[in-house]
Amino acid sequence: MISKLFNFRGGVHVPQYKEISTQQPVRNAKIPSKLVLPLSQHIGTAAKPLVKIGQQVLKGEKIATADGYVSTPIHAPTSGVIEDIGDYPIPHPSGMSAQCIVLKPDDEDKWAELVSHAKDYSELNPSQLRNLIRSAGIVGLGGAGFPTFIKHNPGPDRVIDTLIINGSECEPYITCDDMLMQEKPEEIICGLLIIQHALQAKRCVIAIEDNKPNAIASIKNALQKFANDKIEIAEIPTLYPAGSEKQLIYTVTGKEVPQDGLPMHIGIVCQNVGTTAAVYRAINHGEPLISRYVTVTGDIGQPQNLEVLVGTPIDELIEQCGGSNTNIKRLIIGGPMMGFAMHQLDLPVIKTTNCVLVDAGQSKDLQARQHIMPCIRCGSCADACPINLLPQQLYWYSKSQEFEKAQEYNLFDCIECGCCDYVCPSQIPLVQYYRFAKGEIWKRELETQKSDIARQRHEFHQFRIEREKAEKAEKHRQKKAALANNKKTEETKDEKKVDQKQAAILAAMERVKKKKAQSDVAPKNVENLSEQQKQLIEEVDQRRAKQRQNPEQTTNTANKAEEEKSQ
Amino acid sequence: MFSAILVLGLMAALFGLILGFTAIRFKVEGDPLVEQIDNLLPQTQCGQCGYPGCKPYAQAIANNEADINQCPPGGETTIVALADLLDREPMPLNPENGEESGKTVVYIDEQTCIGCTLCIQACPIDAIVGAAKQMHTVIKDECTGCDLCIPPCPVDCIHVIPVEESLETWQWDKPEELPRPAQ
Repeated sequence: MISKLFNFRGGVHVPQYKEISTQQPVRNAKIPSKLVLPLSQHIGTAAKPLVKIGQQVLKGEKIATADGYVSTPIHAPTSGVIEDIGDYPIPHPSGMSAQCIVLKPDDEDKWAELVSHAKDYSELNPSQLRNLIRSAGIVGLGGAGFPTFIKHNPGPDRVIDTLIINGSECEPYITCDDMLMQEKPEEIICGLLIIQHALQAKRCVIAIEDNKPNAIASIKNALQKFANDKIEIAEIPTLYPAGSEKQLIYTVTGKEVPQDGLPMHIGIVCQNVGTTAAVYRAINHGEPLISRYVTVTGDIGQPQNLEVLVGTPIDELIEQCGGSNTNIKRLIIGGPMMGFAMHQLDLPVIKTTNCVLVDAGQSKDLQARQHIMPCIRCGSCADACPINLLPQQLYWYSKSQEFEKAQEYNLFDCIECGCCDYVCPSQIPLVQYYRFAKGEIWKRELETQKSDIARQRHEFHQFRIEREKAEKAEKHRQKKAALANNKKTEETKDEKKVDQKQAAILAAMERVKKKKAQSDVAPKNVENLSEQQKQLIEEVDQRRAKQRQNPEQTTNTANKAEEEKSQ
Repeated sequence: MFSAILVLGLMAALFGLILGFTAIRFKVEGDPLVEQIDNLLPQTQCGQCGYPGCKPYAQAIANNEADINQCPPGGETTIVALADLLDREPMPLNPENGEESGKTVVYIDEQTCIGCTLCIQACPIDAIVGAAKQMHTVIKDECTGCDLCIPPCPVDCIHVIPVEESLETWQWDKPEELPRPAQ
């Protein structure tokens, strides 16, 4: 037994309605006509399908693999044939569809080969254990669906002091953890020992609300067999939301998880009992997470807990529990405080589905509120808030869309437990306002990010255009310069050419002159001339000499002579 | 009397020096108001405000040349944010500039596209890929829905499609306000 417990502030006492579904032992649900397995059943990136349509798979065979770090694989819950991979409605408050693998069972339920580490898990190191837990597709079964192996990886220099196994199950109506503790306490304790080994935690606490005496007795009884003095049982007072991680840690250790921090930052890891049992099955039997306990309760013929294959359609589940689909007013997945009302019934059970709550209009407490009145500023919501927030202020700011103010009042610390909602005498749907405000803030954040990218791209676009312009201008300038340069060289070439030509002409003229001079100097064929010939030559020479002396006269006389002749 | 004047004069000179130094040392580059206004605008660069982009419109608002209600893509949210920043009264969107509509992107009908590159030149954020006589396509994640690529297209192969809500973008509605019961 644990010595000291701490009481967190706020919280509400709500009618439990747990006895409705604890009257019968847990049954195995029938293998349904088809199994719809959403690829995203956890927080993080959706898994990637490994199978093709028409492929035969065995029970426990991996059909989708983890995509990224925060992701887990998905396994076939029974043997059968892959019928389709496509968009189907998923249990989400939006009522939207997402990619799913549809498996048609062959009713043989034939297991694939499994590898057990029952004997040697204590010899495996924490990293190997984490990998085994990851490959078994285990996520937090308490409701949030955070991949379990990440919780088991506090980092090399962080010491985990305390491991808390959460069996408090504080929400009304839900009893699946209660039944698990009653029926399979050994599995929970074995799982605890495995996790304790993986984390090397010094102290282990199983926390159970004191409204579950049967579960406490069952765990105590099983614990005797193990004779492990490290394991304590904490019977915590029944007060909603005692099972919320941060509240439970405070109740058990008196430590507060810092804002924006994780429990592992203060040396604590908190794990749901269902997850703990799943870890045991994965390590000791090699079985991946393919089924879970689901509470089917509310206005239904035989409310009970069932061990359900992941992917089972909820309408088939309701039929098995004596419910009729026609008179269902509202289907809530999860509890009445934090669960979500669904838009349709043909939704699959996923790894995080702990409760199917049927509202057929019979139980008064389940009915949606009808008379929303103005806030009277009574302050009950602030008294009930387990996080010490000011719900009324958050309400005003969310309603008037003053989101910055709402954030200043720590809107994002709100765990949406619904305590303020529950106590509000005016029946104001406070949590709805907070969800709306959170969504709007996220949306705006996203839009700002997108517009920042658009601005960067636009600025780059303008820079690019400027650069192209500059480049063009530079090219143009260079071309011009090159052209001018070319002209110059050509001109000088021309000059040189002209010079050469002239020189050639001059040289030729020189040569002609020389030749002429030579021919003048030495007349040829002058030997053996007769006297007459000599006289003639002399006369010609004399005439030539005369002509050379006054060429105009001779031409003039010649012209005159010609003129006279023509007359 | 003389010493008082001297002391005050010296002090004035000293403070003048300090002020002069800080004015140079801590000078703010550019107009921070324009940046602040630009940060609130949706950066679609669509020009529906009458200015050739978000930055020029921000400049015009800062110079008191434009009203804060000329941005249809930003809609009421932007107007309220601008009014908050500039300490002005929020006003309804100017219908002359257009109407606030849901988010859209464009897509290019690749069968019809002739590869003229006119849309590429029109896109203010380089969100269209393609080359001359090659098929063009829009990078959907980058498209801001400014529709500037639609008018230049000679074969009208660019179509507007609304951005569909996905699981990632889905959000809770604001709770309905119920009318007060009669007294």
